[in-house]
Amino acid sequence: MTVRRLTRLGAGGAQGDFFELALDFPGAEGSAWGKWRPGQFVMVRPEGFGMDPLMGRPFSIARADEEHGVCVLFQVVGRGTAKLAALRPGDRVTMWGPLGNAFAARPGVPTLLLAGGIGIAPFLEYVKRHSASADLRLIFGHRPPLDCYPFAEMAALAACEAHRETCPDDLQAFIALLGEVIPQYCPDGLILACGPLPFLRTVGRVAGEAGGRAQLSLENRMACGVGACLGCVTEHKEHGPLSVCARGPVFWSDEISL
Amino acid sequence: MDMTVSFAGLTLDNPIITASGTFGYGVEYMRFGDLGRLGAMVVKGLSLEPRRGNLMPRIAETPAGMLNAIGLQNIGAREFVEKRLPALPWAKTPVIANLYACEAEEFGELAAYLAAQEGIAALEVNISCPNVSEGGILFGQDPRLAARVTEAVKRRAGSKPVIVKLTPNVTDIAAMARAAQDAGADALSLINTLSGMAVDARTRRPRLANVVGGLSGPAIKPVALRCVWQVCQAVKIPVIGIGGIASAEDVLEFILVGATAVQVGTANFIRPDAAFRLVDELPALCATLGVESWDAYRGSLKA
Ligand SMILES: Cc1cc2nc3c(=O)[nH]c(=O)nc-3n(C[C@H](O)[C@H](O)[C@H](O)COP(=O)(O)OP(=O)(O)OC[C@H]3O[C@@H](n4cnc5c(N)ncnc54)[C@H](O)[C@@H]3O)c2cc1C
Ligand SMILES: Cc1cc2nc3c(=O)[nH]c(=O)nc-3n(C[C@H](O)[C@H](O)[C@H](O)COP(=O)(O)O)c2cc1C
Ligand code: FES
Repeated sequence: MTVRRLTRLGAGGAQGDFFELALDFPGAEGSAWGKWRPGQFVMVRPEGFGMDPLMGRPFSIARADEEHGVCVLFQVVGRGTAKLAALRPGDRVTMWGPLGNAFAARPGVPTLLLAGGIGIAPFLEYVKRHSASADLRLIFGHRPPLDCYPFAEMAALAACEAHRETCPDDLQAFIALLGEVIPQYCPDGLILACGPLPFLRTVGRVAGEAGGRAQLSLENRMACGVGACLGCVTEHKEHGPLSVCARGPVFWSDEISL
Repeated sequence: MDMTVSFAGLTLDNPIITASGTFGYGVEYMRFGDLGRLGAMVVKGLSLEPRRGNLMPRIAETPAGMLNAIGLQNIGAREFVEKRLPALPWAKTPVIANLYACEAEEFGELAAYLAAQEGIAALEVNISCPNVSEGGILFGQDPRLAARVTEAVKRRAGSKPVIVKLTPNVTDIAAMARAAQDAGADALSLINTLSGMAVDARTRRPRLANVVGGLSGPAIKPVALRCVWQVCQAVKIPVIGIGGIASAEDVLEFILVGATAVQVGTANFIRPDAAFRLVDELPALCATLGVESWDAYRGSLKA
């Protein structure tokens, strides 16, 4: 698999820079790529990793088709993503996927998308595929500048609002907003969330208090990505520890303890 | 060249075996290659009852390696036999059950159950469990305890070969190997992970919830080669080499120091088709290096 394109989306300052990485499209022959759904992810491991870092890195599939290739949006947070950011077109990477399950899609049901930071990535295609944009709303919390994210592209298709966090007060206001909006989608609407763990915990708690449930996409640290190493488990209330890569990454908020 | 290897009553199409805990129950890797082409598969360590494993985080990356403290989470022997084994091509590729218990009797019971299953070709005994009844000593660190477990398993395993898997966390691995051999082991596999830890200077926290874990991957290959070489000189039974194997050349290195076959572990995480690729690449490398038969090459290190 080779790199088609690496585009810098913006500089996030202390939070790290943002990129879109496009890889060759593996083709629909095995049909898995013809049927991928938002929420699924890929493991990416550039050959330039050598033996250190050793593991591939998981990223949500932002889009994947013949025209664009397999695209992921990523933020530089550490050694692996810094090396990814140095890739050039034609570089070779090992990529495996599509992996994991996907967000539910219920046309006709009022749907609330909640994204925190780079957690917006899986919603790019979700917004595109959602036929009735009238019942779709996306609320996006972020710290780095808005143009680091594909927000404008999504705002052209559905009701999207962004809230930037620059100080603790902003965060409190954002949490208060979640407390107001989430109950409007309980118990019957669909609430989907992706972002940092504290954000997911808040979403799950608020939904629970309002008598509803939300789907949360978890970002546990992974090694194999296929359910073999059991390194990425989360505590499922009924089934005990379940691998996030194979049984998730999307779980109903009332089924897991975060 | 004929890639076939035979040991302990098993015949493998090639010497590439997947290592316990790094290949799930096999089914997870079906989409990445034909399981029927592997030499054999060792499945995730099984206990009598399902186990929940340790708290998160359970894995951490280290230079050229990884630390894990999975805590032997598994679905239990019965569930494996009923729900996973039927999906594996066991008639074509031997399936080796890796078993694990905290008491010698429990090992025996587990061995009897697993050995009775048609689809299970051999047993691999993981003796790295802290033995509760003997005051926290590892079975694998005391030759007498290792022998006791080996005997207990061997007694109940019927005609199925028993492979004892050794830990490198001992001062004299050859003594452990001899103890297992004398207690009836049909083969040995080594090494299991090396005890290690990783900490974060910034947060002042250990990187694993369990604080210490097992180191695996290319980082441990020199230790593994040394252990295999020492053990091959100390015992007469076949040895399976494990530890950081990621290329066809790594495979030959282990056979050169005396191993009969190898297991591929952490490399399966580096890329999910790693073991299948080794099966593909080995014949060409043998041709390039002029290796003509395993019997001639095995243990031919010019020391
Ligand atoms: C299913 C899934 C989907 C993901 N999708 C995306 C995505 O679309 N875009 C994106 O930018 N990131 C995504 N992530 C997170 C991404 O995998 C991590 O940011 C990346 O692995 C970090 O690698 P690194 O080598 O740069 O960091 P390391 O050098 O390994 O660590 C640096 C810092 O990053 C933190 N970190 C490491 N791994 C993760 C992780 N899995 N989640 C959160 N923080 C982590 C560490 O705690 C540490 O503080 C996803 C993770 C998962 C599990
Ligand atoms: C995540 C993980 C889980 C493991 N689980 C088991 C296990 O259940 N039983 C066992 O005998 N060895 C287990 N091992 C050890 C491996 O089988 C192997 O001996 C070790 O990883 C060294 O080989 P490697 O460097 O090729 O990975 C595990 C290793 C890893 C990395
Ligand atoms: S990353 Fe290996 S089980 Fe999930």
